[in-house]
Amino acid sequence: MADPVLSIRTIGKRYTLGATLRHSTLRDRLAAVAGGLLKRHQARGNGPASRDFWALRDVSFDVEEGQVLGIIGRNGAGKTTLLKLLSQITEPTEGEIVVDGRVASLLEVGTGFHPELSGRENIFLNGAILGMTRREILSRFDDIVAFAEVDRFLDTPVKRYSSGMYVRLAFAVAAHLEPEILVVDEVLAVGDYQFQKKCLGKMGDVARSGRTVLLVSHNMSSVLNLCSRAVLLEQGHLVADGPAADIVQRYMDIKLSQAAEAVWEDPATAPGGEVAKLRAVRILTIDGKPTSDVDIGQGCDLDVEYWNLVEGARLMVTIQLMDRMGGMILSSFNLPSVCAEPDQWSDKPMPKGLFRTRVRFPADFLNEGLHSINVFIQKDGNLNTYMAHKNDAVSFNCVDSGRMRKEYGGVWGGVVRPRLDWRTERMG
Amino acid sequence: MSVGAARRAIQARHGLVPIDFGEMWRYRELFVFLAWRDVLVRYKQTLIGVAWAVLQPVLAMVVFTVVFGELAGMPSNGAPYPVMTFAALLPWMFFSNAMNQGANSLVAASGMISKVYFPRLLIPASTTLSGAVDFIISFVVLLCLMAWYGVQFRVELFLLPLFFLLGFGAALGVSLWFGALNVKYRDVKHIVPFLVQAGLYISPVGFTSTVIPEKWRFVYSLNPMVGVIDGFRWAILGPAFTPHWPGIWASAVVVTLVLVSGVYYFRYTERTFADVI
Repeated sequence: MADPVLSIRTIGKRYTLGATLRHSTLRDRLAAVAGGLLKRHQARGNGPASRDFWALRDVSFDVEEGQVLGIIGRNGAGKTTLLKLLSQITEPTEGEIVVDGRVASLLEVGTGFHPELSGRENIFLNGAILGMTRREILSRFDDIVAFAEVDRFLDTPVKRYSSGMYVRLAFAVAAHLEPEILVVDEVLAVGDYQFQKKCLGKMGDVARSGRTVLLVSHNMSSVLNLCSRAVLLEQGHLVADGPAADIVQRYMDIKLSQAAEAVWEDPATAPGGEVAKLRAVRILTIDGKPTSDVDIGQGCDLDVEYWNLVEGARLMVTIQLMDRMGGMILSSFNLPSVCAEPDQWSDKPMPKGLFRTRVRFPADFLNEGLHSINVFIQKDGNLNTYMAHKNDAVSFNCVDSGRMRKEYGGVWGGVVRPRLDWRTERMG
Repeated sequence: MSVGAARRAIQARHGLVPIDFGEMWRYRELFVFLAWRDVLVRYKQTLIGVAWAVLQPVLAMVVFTVVFGELAGMPSNGAPYPVMTFAALLPWMFFSNAMNQGANSLVAASGMISKVYFPRLLIPASTTLSGAVDFIISFVVLLCLMAWYGVQFRVELFLLPLFFLLGFGAALGVSLWFGALNVKYRDVKHIVPFLVQAGLYISPVGFTSTVIPEKWRFVYSLNPMVGVIDGFRWAILGPAFTPHWPGIWASAVVVTLVLVSGVYYFRYTERTFADVI
């Protein structure tokens, strides 16, 4: 069995938060030294461990030659940090990576492109930056130009290119890299639909050519299409490693279960102030199960759990339902005249403690698609200030089970889709 | 790393790290490309383009000739004042441009530094190299001036490359220091132009080193550009400008110190560039 072409061994990367801002001017630094403040600054900096942030910790895995590996995880999981370590853009804090072969990394398209230079000049520049020798660039020049479809504009400064042309040219250069190991970060979704297909096609060619590829992507269908194996990162740790289909499924499970509820166990870090703090926001089916997929035909409940910290405060819960684009569909709050039925604590002085307010979204009301909720805790009927709030607290997907779709199956516009009372009569 | 395919380990580096010359050699093409890009961009953007490389020193020469030569009556040891000043402006413009641009070069390249690997040393090095193109253009102007004023072409002119190398070393050394410092402490790029300005008046550009009292000449020569400029003047204008040789050696030593320490400081801080930039 051949040695792995890439061996990642207990790699870790730590960032010290705030450290770079502390002495960002020489003047401050000199003043600090002179004033003996250095000791005080150091004490503050080295003290609490929360200043240190481990973007990656104890990550280990091997990659065999010719493997196409997907690296997936939520935002902040450490994927880009891992790529940067692999590309030697930043140094690991601990551990090591053993590499055997030429590595090219694509963290963005058009690195080094200069707007004043022509397309031709930028091809050479970008190619050189990505690691191609002049001879290699020359031999692939025509292919690059043909792929990018910019032959007529080769000698025009790139600042005159449309954004589509710019991106096509940048991708074309990157696409003609031929390293043994290719490390790619999400550069797939570039250009218009036609070109995206071309890009994906090219990625597929590279993947099938026997080259070792590491691909970071949020697009699960690309990962499933191109990768045989995947690793899942979560908050800097490697949590799963296996066949792409399994890992993608695990990732989707995590993602969906997170989106449907937000919980803040620790009052110290929960949103809110001295009067109230949020504890949890959840979307539930009408049977009470947390979910992130809501059937339009059934409706759903929204739970808001919160602490009241001031004896006798008259708190109310306000919600805003937002559509996919961030536009507001509706807002509502639990004051007595706004509620369909009396809410027992509505506008009454509340003792200190933990409360839960539940609001029901009726069936046959919401339209299909992604929705999100903004939550506010307010006081004394005053809608102008809030005691606690969380924008985008939860998001959920509305799905049509088909009750209203027996006749029409097409796109249905509108921010809401209520089932209305329709009546037709003959007039004459 | 993209260029090169040896089996290698990526791990945290500690302490002082010297230059990896093998890597520098592998990246030689990129080095030239970056310098070429700087030159191209500089000329594409300006209205007068190449003419700027000519106008800048010529205008300075005119001002200095009038102010120091005519008004202040500084001695020129028998040589035409304009040629004497221009001979100094030639290396000085190269050095000051390199220092100004070098200090900001890394921050200006932050896009590349945070997305791609290449030896970061290439950035200030290629910026300094791109100044050499301006130098060559100005040198042609100098030759024209010499012909105009009837200054003889001497065999010592062939020693100019040596003095140029000294100046290049000085320029590169300060670029490395200030460039690396500027990544972490952003106010450095405001300090540098001020230092360059001060340097212009301290260095023997508008006047000759001979006006400096004998007992101070050695200390004066600790300014590395003194050695470079004196050397240039001597090679171009002859024995009337024989430099204070111990001073030249002093300058050479200072340049070496600045350059070597600059390289080490740069290599020490470059590992955090991408994190801080």
